[in-house]
Amino acid sequence: MRSTWTFPKVATAVGASILGVIWLIPLLWAVSTSLKPESETTRSPITWFPATPTADAYRSVLDQGDLIRWFVNSSVVSVLVTVLTLFVSVLAAFGFSRNEFPGRRVLFGVVIAGILVPPQVLIVPLFQEMTSLGLVDTYWGIVLPQVVAPVMVFVLKKFFDGISRDYEDAARVDGASRWRIVWSVMVPMSRPILVAVGIFTFIGAWNNFLWPFIVTTDPSMMTIPVGLANVQGSYGLRYAQIMASAVLGGLPLLIVYALFQRQVVRGVGDAGIKG
Amino acid sequence: MRKPWQERWAGLFFVGPFLLLFAVFLVWPTISGLWNSFFNTSLAGVEQEFLGLQNWREMFSDSAVWSSLKNTLIFTAMSTPPLVIIALVMALLANRTGVLGWLLRFAYFAPFVLPATVVTLIWVWIYEPGFGLANGLLTAGGFAEIDWLNTENRAMLAVVITTVWWTVGFNFLLYLAALQGIPEQVYEAADIDGASERQKLFRITLPLLRRTTGLIAVLQLVASLKIFDQIYLMTNGGPNYATRPIIQYIYQNGFTNYRIGYASAISYMFFAIIVVVAVLQFKLFSGSKEDSA
Repeated sequence: MRSTWTFPKVATAVGASILGVIWLIPLLWAVSTSLKPESETTRSPITWFPATPTADAYRSVLDQGDLIRWFVNSSVVSVLVTVLTLFVSVLAAFGFSRNEFPGRRVLFGVVIAGILVPPQVLIVPLFQEMTSLGLVDTYWGIVLPQVVAPVMVFVLKKFFDGISRDYEDAARVDGASRWRIVWSVMVPMSRPILVAVGIFTFIGAWNNFLWPFIVTTDPSMMTIPVGLANVQGSYGLRYAQIMASAVLGGLPLLIVYALFQRQVVRGVGDAGIKG
Repeated sequence: MRKPWQERWAGLFFVGPFLLLFAVFLVWPTISGLWNSFFNTSLAGVEQEFLGLQNWREMFSDSAVWSSLKNTLIFTAMSTPPLVIIALVMALLANRTGVLGWLLRFAYFAPFVLPATVVTLIWVWIYEPGFGLANGLLTAGGFAEIDWLNTENRAMLAVVITTVWWTVGFNFLLYLAALQGIPEQVYEAADIDGASERQKLFRITLPLLRRTTGLIAVLQLVASLKIFDQIYLMTNGGPNYATRPIIQYIYQNGFTNYRIGYASAISYMFFAIIVVVAVLQFKLFSGSKEDSA
């Protein structure tokens, strides 16, 4: 179908672009500030672009080394959370979807009820528990509570319920065990939803502030969001450096989003329509 | 043929790992939180004194509970409408393919993938008195400067603006998915009947988005009630507690004043509010399902 340029179409494109630019301005302003020499950041009236762009701020931020340490912590934590969440949620969703066992209905009901519990109301008892388990300031202390995602089990179970049993019956005739059926039939058939669940779990884990903030006290165990919370205080009014660390802290996921936009957009749609 | 006991226990084997973590890191803290709310527990946790309902009674007469609850509700009331309406406008504008579509989806959703701390670092700098972008634009336009984050009736507005910028992209994508689910034939039929763009918008698109709007509004309501990160990082609840949300008051009681029992009682009150909203949501959607779909 050929599209013709009508007034509503042009107006829509222009309006959409203006809104897009407005939404990008804070990000561009952060990048612009980070490339200024410190003296220029506090100049009035403000300058949109650095008069003499410099990477000094990035150099000093990276020289301090904390940011790299936090980046490593965030990567370890987010990968562990994503892999473990997918692993236990796929198994649980398969169990609830395909197996009859004593107490299945009741247990699934309890899991659904778990969706209602906001993690925010658990911070105090969970911290006590972590203290007695000796998991404060450890990767496992940050990771394990985040692996419990009843909503993911619910979404995956619903998806598995929609897969015809013919496939696994055929596999069973060929002698496949239940374990094999999970990984060779169910998982390949639900790739799009697993990619969506995986991406959202990763973004959520990378950006989680409250729980890592509570369970870490040692700066060397902090993740990027928690570590950066102290930056304002320790850098004082050096805005170029503060913005350089903000840009570096936000960049990894911006890249992930730019690369996986299609999957992210579809994932939100799938989860929203099904949820 | 498999033995029946295998058939029966295989399921428990599959759900086992999840249920173990679920029990240890969700069910147990939920129960121990309720238990704690009846005791005089401190974070050191040595001496426990049974208080009965004393924590609960104290909560209802504690003006800080009510003011922080009020701040949470004000934030929710201020942030939910723009987060729904702007998302809808964005989806209507950006429902297109090609390079422009990609760029628009990137621009609108990009802030959502940033950590709270990155967002607040950027916005605290934007709101900075003297050199910040917001005041730079105000003075360039001939207006007086505003000390956004340190003025009582401006701080919450500043947080809301930041939140809308940060999280509207998620609702935008929900709307976009709903828009793309409307069959093309509906519009083709309207074209044949000679409908204008305006008529198509108001007679077809918006009515078909009604259920999505309800869903987004309720999801947003619950999300907004859980406000903590941005406020804690931008204003630390100030100035003069004017923005302190209920979760920050829970946090302060638990981790600054070491009053675990009291923090747990407030947590449970807040939990009850969330459950009520969620139940209303369920009622709303199970009731309105027939007239859409």
